[in-house]
Amino acid sequence: MSTDTPCPSCGTVHDTASIEAALKTCPSCGYHYRMEPAERIAYLADQGSFTEFSANLRSLNPIDLEGYEEKLSEAEAKARMKEAVITGTCTIEGKPVVLAVMSFNFMGGSMGSVVGEKVSRALIKGAEERKPVIIYTTSGGARMQEGIFSLMQMAKTSSAVAELAKSEIPYFVVLCDPTTGGVTASFAMLADVIIAEPGALIGFAGPRVIEGTIRQKLPDGFQRAEFQQDKGFVDIIASRQEQRHLLSLLIDLHKPYRACKEGA
Amino acid sequence: MPHTHSLTQKLEELKKLAEASGIDVSDELTLLESKVKAASKTEMAWRRVELARHPDRPYALDYITRIFDNFIELHGDRYFGDDAAIVGGLGFLNGQPVTIIANQKGRSLKENMKRNHGMANPEGYRKALRLAKQAEKFHRPIITFVDTSGAYPGLGAEERGIGEAIARNLLEFSQLKTPIISVIIGEGGSGGALGISVGDKIYMLENAVYSVISPEGCASILLRDSSRAKDAAAMLRITSNDLLDFKIINGIIKEPEGGAHTDPDATAMNIKKVLVRDLQDLCDRPPAVLVRYRNQKIRKIGHWNEGED
Repeated sequence: MSTDTPCPSCGTVHDTASIEAALKTCPSCGYHYRMEPAERIAYLADQGSFTEFSANLRSLNPIDLEGYEEKLSEAEAKARMKEAVITGTCTIEGKPVVLAVMSFNFMGGSMGSVVGEKVSRALIKGAEERKPVIIYTTSGGARMQEGIFSLMQMAKTSSAVAELAKSEIPYFVVLCDPTTGGVTASFAMLADVIIAEPGALIGFAGPRVIEGTIRQKLPDGFQRAEFQQDKGFVDIIASRQEQRHLLSLLIDLHKPYRACKEGA
Repeated sequence: MPHTHSLTQKLEELKKLAEASGIDVSDELTLLESKVKAASKTEMAWRRVELARHPDRPYALDYITRIFDNFIELHGDRYFGDDAAIVGGLGFLNGQPVTIIANQKGRSLKENMKRNHGMANPEGYRKALRLAKQAEKFHRPIITFVDTSGAYPGLGAEERGIGEAIARNLLEFSQLKTPIISVIIGEGGSGGALGISVGDKIYMLENAVYSVISPEGCASILLRDSSRAKDAAAMLRITSNDLLDFKIINGIIKEPEGGAHTDPDATAMNIKKVLVRDLQDLCDRPPAVLVRYRNQKIRKIGHWNEGED
């Protein structure tokens, strides 16, 4: 995203500062570049309100896979994060929430034991502290380096969503580019309201796997956010500029009528 | 395993030779020994994969007809259609009504066209959920048999939300107020397998495998060499022994020497014994306790270091 790189969508060249100012979108066409958790939190959370929890959880090597520890160290250095998700509490327009934000930079946002555990804790915390839970997803799927343990995180996070649902606390997901595999087939698709960023790739199988199966090229726009909305799997497509206020509104819209009466 | 067997023999000869000649080759020997061990582990894992995929291996319906009385198949998800890659229905297990849900592979080319080689589309998972909810309503235990290389990675599957369908099942199965026993009978392929195998007790047939990704897929991504599926199979730890060691499954169900296909009747009897024994125990538990235990068990899975705050 340097100054001499044209927008991958419309080709217009903008300097970094103006793209940053537009929350990492193209000022001409609105193309959404990928965004890292720190940047998202800075924009979403009221200033100084974000408190991270379970910050130091680290993956072990449950199936003794050669080279996994090294891979984790590399990922840590590259993404400057300890794992592929950050979880915390904060306020958005003054409203308390639990917020989890995934990073595609950390091993492709893959879900191993730590991602599964942190996401589950975020959901349970929402139930316990009666705060709406918001999760920003971006992931290539389960982290195969943790073998069967990564697959089981799908069941684990889904069980945690059920727990939150029982407490009648709302759960919102924002699907970011790309969200695929085991994350799509678990907590990402189980929110009360599913939001997607424009143009985000969202699916279970990756496009190349599908092309390999059907032996033909996929149509343009296949598995993109707009396609998923058309097929009935996304409630709202919201640009980055709109997301903060949209989430705040949704929180208000999920207050039960009894609470409104009492609170009035 | 002739390959490693001959290696082991050579190793023994070498040891004797070294002793006789008085030359110290212990370092080299240790290295060789560990290499032989790794090679035999790889062969063992791959043999299991081959047996799990064996063309004569009994499929779900082969067991269902042997284990349950009066099996009646029920069809359709009530939204889109009937997916023959997942079969479901009702039957008696020693007189106890149960709901049965299973991945079903085809035996012939024609049957595989119909059953899509056991790779289910969203409507298969939605049919499974419909039948599971029906089971809960009538307080019927659920038995699932898992045997799929994975959910179908096709165009229509994506259009109809295969990800959502599996996710929904994971959530709903975790909450069903009725006992669920799942048996991996062949291939336990990733999310497609998990989509019908969240339960109170999980078993694997001795030669079944259960994995987050196929050995071939893992080899091409992780090892960047699709021909190294054997190595990937061993690395991924996907055998019944591995999963028991990891405490992901409750037990291993024995197969006859040579694999389940050599004696489907005996294998079915082994499965039936375990189902009958466990169901008695599970049916004694109050549904709320059942659900609580099930979720406690699921939420504990994983290995991490808490670190310091």
